[in-house]
Amino acid sequence: MKKINKNSLNGFINYGIVIAAFAVIQALLGMGRLSNSLQSLLVPACCYIVMAVSLNLTVGILGELSLGHGGFMSLGAFSGIAASILLQNAIPLAPARLAVSMAVGALAGALGGVIVGVPVLRLQGDYLAIVTLAFGQIIKNIIMVLYVGVDERGIHIAASSERFDLAPGGTAIIKGPMGAVGVTKLATFTAGFILILITLAVVQNLVNSRAGRAIMALRDNRIAAESVGINTTKYKLMAFVTSAALAGAAGALFGLNYSSTGASKFDFNTSILVLVFVVLGGLGSIRGSIIAAALLYVLPEMLRGLGLNDFRMLIYAIVLILVMLATNNDQLKALLGRVIPKRKGAVTSG
Amino acid sequence: MKKKNLAALLMAGAMSFSLLAGCSSGGGEASTPPASQPGAQASQPAGNDGNGGEAVTIKVGGIGPTTGNNAQYGTATQWGAEIAVDEINAKNGPIKLELQYEDDTGVADTAVAAYNSLKDWAKDAPLVIYGCTTTQPCVAVASETFADRYFQLTPSASSPDVTNGKDNVFQMCFTDPGQGNAAAEYLKSAGLGTKIGVIYNNGDPYSTGIAEAFIAKAKEVGLEVVATSTYPEDTTTDYTVQLNACKDAGADLVFLPIYYTPASLILAQAKQMDYAPIFFGGDGMDGMLDMKGFDKSLAEGLLLMTPFNAAGTDERTKTFVETYQAAHEILPNQFAADGYDCMYAIYEACCQIDGIADMDSAQLCDALSALFTGGQFSVDGLTGSGMKWLTTGEVSKAPVVVKVEGGVYVTQ
Repeated sequence: MKKINKNSLNGFINYGIVIAAFAVIQALLGMGRLSNSLQSLLVPACCYIVMAVSLNLTVGILGELSLGHGGFMSLGAFSGIAASILLQNAIPLAPARLAVSMAVGALAGALGGVIVGVPVLRLQGDYLAIVTLAFGQIIKNIIMVLYVGVDERGIHIAASSERFDLAPGGTAIIKGPMGAVGVTKLATFTAGFILILITLAVVQNLVNSRAGRAIMALRDNRIAAESVGINTTKYKLMAFVTSAALAGAAGALFGLNYSSTGASKFDFNTSILVLVFVVLGGLGSIRGSIIAAALLYVLPEMLRGLGLNDFRMLIYAIVLILVMLATNNDQLKALLGRVIPKRKGAVTSG
Repeated sequence: MKKKNLAALLMAGAMSFSLLAGCSSGGGEASTPPASQPGAQASQPAGNDGNGGEAVTIKVGGIGPTTGNNAQYGTATQWGAEIAVDEINAKNGPIKLELQYEDDTGVADTAVAAYNSLKDWAKDAPLVIYGCTTTQPCVAVASETFADRYFQLTPSASSPDVTNGKDNVFQMCFTDPGQGNAAAEYLKSAGLGTKIGVIYNNGDPYSTGIAEAFIAKAKEVGLEVVATSTYPEDTTTDYTVQLNACKDAGADLVFLPIYYTPASLILAQAKQMDYAPIFFGGDGMDGMLDMKGFDKSLAEGLLLMTPFNAAGTDERTKTFVETYQAAHEILPNQFAADGYDCMYAIYEACCQIDGIADMDSAQLCDALSALFTGGQFSVDGLTGSGMKWLTTGEVSKAPVVVKVEGGVYVTQ
């Protein structure tokens, strides 16, 4: 029997965790044991897990800081919503339309990734962080003044409401600061689950491939990597665009889970929130990102149910600080190492 | 060094636990005001209520931002409603209300989560949704309540998108286009402003909605709009560019369809640059005079349209203002007054429904919606008397223009 590679084993465990969690939640749903509030968190939690895993590809595995992941999510959300409305008659089957919309969202995200990545990834240092930060703001501000609609004459796009002359009976898709209103909700938990599996497959296979090793070599020592003939820009772009495309797909799923979505949702705070999930889950650790995103997204809503309404934001912040302190505490790590002998005490990648 | 870290960790842990212990008692008290206690105890599924003499408890789920950038508006709608609920329950009438208020931080997806946790809170008891305070979350929640059949009344979400196509959602405030039109018509009839400048927040549906309607109506009635400038969010602190645009265009009246926090900065910065046009604002401007550290002389001569005047002399307004001030140490603004009126609208409507004791949320929703759109039902409140609702969900009440003179509102 062929011995299974340690990295692939790690990957299989991640699939296992996700599938087991899905099975448990489906069983609870079937028994009617899940509260309304938890049910409403399932789809957004899936979106944030995909966001965290994809950002981990840029931050943890490529080693470049991105502060505009919300911008790619925004691109995906609004292009996905637009696609779902435009294709309403062409594809009547809801799951198929959702899949196409998510693919469109992924394409939009990838396009944004290429536009930002091509000039900036040639540079060295912290430029990517600054440019992605600006990119997120630019996307937000553009969508805030963007009016998109469709009527029998075709698609209308305008930068102000005065120039936006939609024929009566036409559908407005994006209405400036109101964002997209009147979206048919297509997103389902199953779709979110499948998107997580696809994300895991893409990211884990990329990391364990020849390209992935090149990407990690760039992170660890750029000069050494260049000296053995690794094309810096190509591999950086590969990781960055993959990450942006996955964020776009997550954005499309997120946008199609609510009847209205505004551009202000995908601001700097959202980008930082996802970065917090990645950092607290452990840079480079896919499993950590999944668990951190799921727990930290659900936590503030769970605190509502415990009668801690007035303090939930405070408690959330304290939990973040405690996790940060705990994961960096040597004594705690040593203690964990004694309980679980195989654990070496350091965060392992994969 | 390591020991120090561990000690810090333990301290932080201990602190958070003490906080948890502190709020389990403190938080409980804050969320149930003393006067609503009897109502809370008497709460039971309305279906079990066989004898007609006993009061029926209707659960009211409130949603609005109590944290974040819009917290002052959400807490105002919460506090205003709490006062009304206390008054209603003290009456020992046929209906009692039980209010639970959830924070949505002004974000649509959090608002939907808050709405779902309210559904969990109500379980099978009849539930009415009160909210949301801000427009975007309200649109998201409204389509949920439409699908789930809950009656929804919003104190302050003013976009037509909130009620558009939904028979179960009603507004207590003016709609944005309605307010923009009314503003332009008022200026025309009062003969104010030959050249008009407009400064608005183009990242906010409320502000953009009023501004767009105002500009269109101004063109129609023959007012000259000479400058239109925008800013992206209410956390902006420098407005000299926008003010200079109006000044250079020679505007002698500046229309500000924005909230009072940015407006207060605009007034201060206009004074610094010696620019003194007439400033004219919408209902979001109400509350400025009571801001901490705000120099009231800056607002002298400011015109605004508001449905509520905290300096009003009628008995009901006086009592409301006194109770509000005693509890929260600030003057109530129109958000609080709208919240107060929402509770009375729900209460009075529920009193008129036969057999309410045996209704579930969906039946109550249909009964209330039918009553609100029936044309017969009207409510007297702090923000207007004889308020009625159109079939679109819009409220019909007259906007009142007030002028700030000597630090108080004077009705024009």
